[in-house]
Amino acid sequence: MVEALLQSQPGLLNFGIFFLLATVLLLVVLGFVTYAILAERKVMGFMQLRHGPNQVGGRWGLLQTVADVLKLLLKEDTIPKLADRPLFILAPVIAFAPAFMVLATIPLTDHLQFADIGVGLLYYIAISGLTTVGVVTGGWASNNKYALLGGMRAAAQMISYEIPLVMSVIGVILFAGSLNLNDIVAAQDDQGWFILWQPIAFLVFIIASVAELNRTPFDLPEAESELVAGFHVEYSGFRWAFFMLAEYVYLFAMASLTTVLFLGGWLPPFDFLGFIPGAVWFALKFSVVIFFLVWIRVTFPRLRADQLMEFGWKVLLPVALANIFLTALVKELLKLF
Amino acid sequence: MLRTEEMLLNVGPQHPSTHGVFRLVLKIDGEIIKEAKPVIGYLHRGTEKLAENLQYTQIIPYTDRLDYLAAMTNNYVLCHAVETMMDLKIPDRAEYLRVIAMELGRVASHLVWWGTYLLDIGAVSPFLYAFREREMIINMLNELSGARLTFNYMRVGGVKWDAPEGWIEKVGEFIPYMREQLKGYHDLVTGNEIFMNRVKGVGRYTKEDAINYSLSGANLRCTGVKWDLRKDEPYSIYDRFDFDVPVQEGGDAWARYHVRLAELEESLKILEQAVEQFPKEGEILAKVPKIIKAPKGEAYVRIESPRGEIGCYIASDGKKEPYRLKFRRPSFYNLQILPKLLEGENIANLIAILGAIDIVLGEVDG
Repeated sequence: MVEALLQSQPGLLNFGIFFLLATVLLLVVLGFVTYAILAERKVMGFMQLRHGPNQVGGRWGLLQTVADVLKLLLKEDTIPKLADRPLFILAPVIAFAPAFMVLATIPLTDHLQFADIGVGLLYYIAISGLTTVGVVTGGWASNNKYALLGGMRAAAQMISYEIPLVMSVIGVILFAGSLNLNDIVAAQDDQGWFILWQPIAFLVFIIASVAELNRTPFDLPEAESELVAGFHVEYSGFRWAFFMLAEYVYLFAMASLTTVLFLGGWLPPFDFLGFIPGAVWFALKFSVVIFFLVWIRVTFPRLRADQLMEFGWKVLLPVALANIFLTALVKELLKLF
Repeated sequence: MLRTEEMLLNVGPQHPSTHGVFRLVLKIDGEIIKEAKPVIGYLHRGTEKLAENLQYTQIIPYTDRLDYLAAMTNNYVLCHAVETMMDLKIPDRAEYLRVIAMELGRVASHLVWWGTYLLDIGAVSPFLYAFREREMIINMLNELSGARLTFNYMRVGGVKWDAPEGWIEKVGEFIPYMREQLKGYHDLVTGNEIFMNRVKGVGRYTKEDAINYSLSGANLRCTGVKWDLRKDEPYSIYDRFDFDVPVQEGGDAWARYHVRLAELEESLKILEQAVEQFPKEGEILAKVPKIIKAPKGEAYVRIESPRGEIGCYIASDGKKEPYRLKFRRPSFYNLQILPKLLEGENIANLIAILGAIDIVLGEVDG
């Protein structure tokens, strides 16, 4: 349907449909983020001997996040006197917008995808890199020493970990022979899930993506016990919520990408289970990834800034590069036999 | 024109990882700390001066508020000082209750340290696990004294309350449970690669430094000095128990971590024996006059608190109030080495170094 619309003449009707679709996606994502936050808090609570939210919205705390967001909306909007005003206002938007933009290319099922572009993966990586700019801008514009330290750390970390992330994905691209996310899933239908073919790439990808998401053990930019709150220390109210939402939308995006690249997207694990719709499989795999990320967050302490850099450049990058070489070799050998 | 300059960074007094109202003024060059100046006194209440106008029994609640994580030892050091001056003989049952209360306090205090240190390093969960166990101890001490933190439990000549029925058995049941949990702690944290990287070789000092800065407790024993007042100058009834003094050679945060965790096990050993030997009957308070008057003269006693050597000096002119009271507060002395440790360090190590010292601001500020 989307294909046909893209080919048709531009007009008010098309615009209306696209606008509506985008709104629906936004609502779906926001709805998801609401419950992802709740799920994370519940799982963390379960692992940390706590209840988690259980007051607002029944005993499962179903409306807790809604109440939190409403509260943030109602809070006074404060901007420090000496802050760089335009940048301070712009930063949360720069951090937030790309988080939504990347979602367009994720194929949720074989039918449900908003933009089936040829270089989907490249698009994802390129756009997600923009968030760093927002974080650094926010840290700089706050005119706060802690925020500056956090912003600088964020820049260093996100750039250093983007490289192994991209390198680890190249192995998948070599196997699938395409940058299109749909083709990558289709390739897994023939060859089996890439987590089996690319275990090294998967490991590097997961580690690098946790670092990209700024989550424990790589949550240095907002290290609470050291930098108080890092780059968003001066933000409050809805500007702060934008940073927070961006983080969780990225969690959504990263988990989706992991599912698509390594866990076979919407494909069932065995053919005879094919009667269950793809969306269910996608949701299941996706939830496992999210659970895994929360699990990591609850278990590990935080790395130190210099150790983080060392690990990124001296361990992850060489491993990812070796993986590319290995993948190419395996692919050639497979061709021979 | 590009140039670099030193940055002045204020850490605290409102900072999540300074464990209270402690302030550090840092001069940093990039990420390297050039100079660190601790600023203390935000929680100063003048305990020592206040004590000069209070009767001895009235001073006890003030000691609760010094090291509020191990108030039992503070209670004890004051009572012990007065008892030494009065040359009192303490009933056995009271002594056992005191030792059990103090060792439970030591376990609780070390648990808080373990939890908050991991919180400083960035792991949230251990904090909650530690507090689960601490809560059980706090509840037991609550049953014993009627308060969760500020116990006001000990009196000159004994203790205020006898153990409620079944309490000793409860402590006995807690010991194997705690041992089991300790194994879990080691599994979760001790072998963690990230944790090891954060603490190994961090905040290292030598034996000489430790002695010159008059460090005590785990901060001293982590350099290989085997010095524990419970063993070397036994007070109360500590000479009746069989336990070790854990020592490490490293002198870094990693060694301090190990010393403290090993001390937990030794405390459990003492508790186990104390519960076993606990006398069935007996007085809990020696025969003391209604109004306690320390004889003219002076006395200094020192005991081993979870944080180190806590001392109490009393000068009395024979009245019911002390003429002068002075506490040697271990956190205050242990904190003195901090500027030396921080100089030239990376700012990322700041929290790991500060946390490993294990300070309680109530005690630092007195």
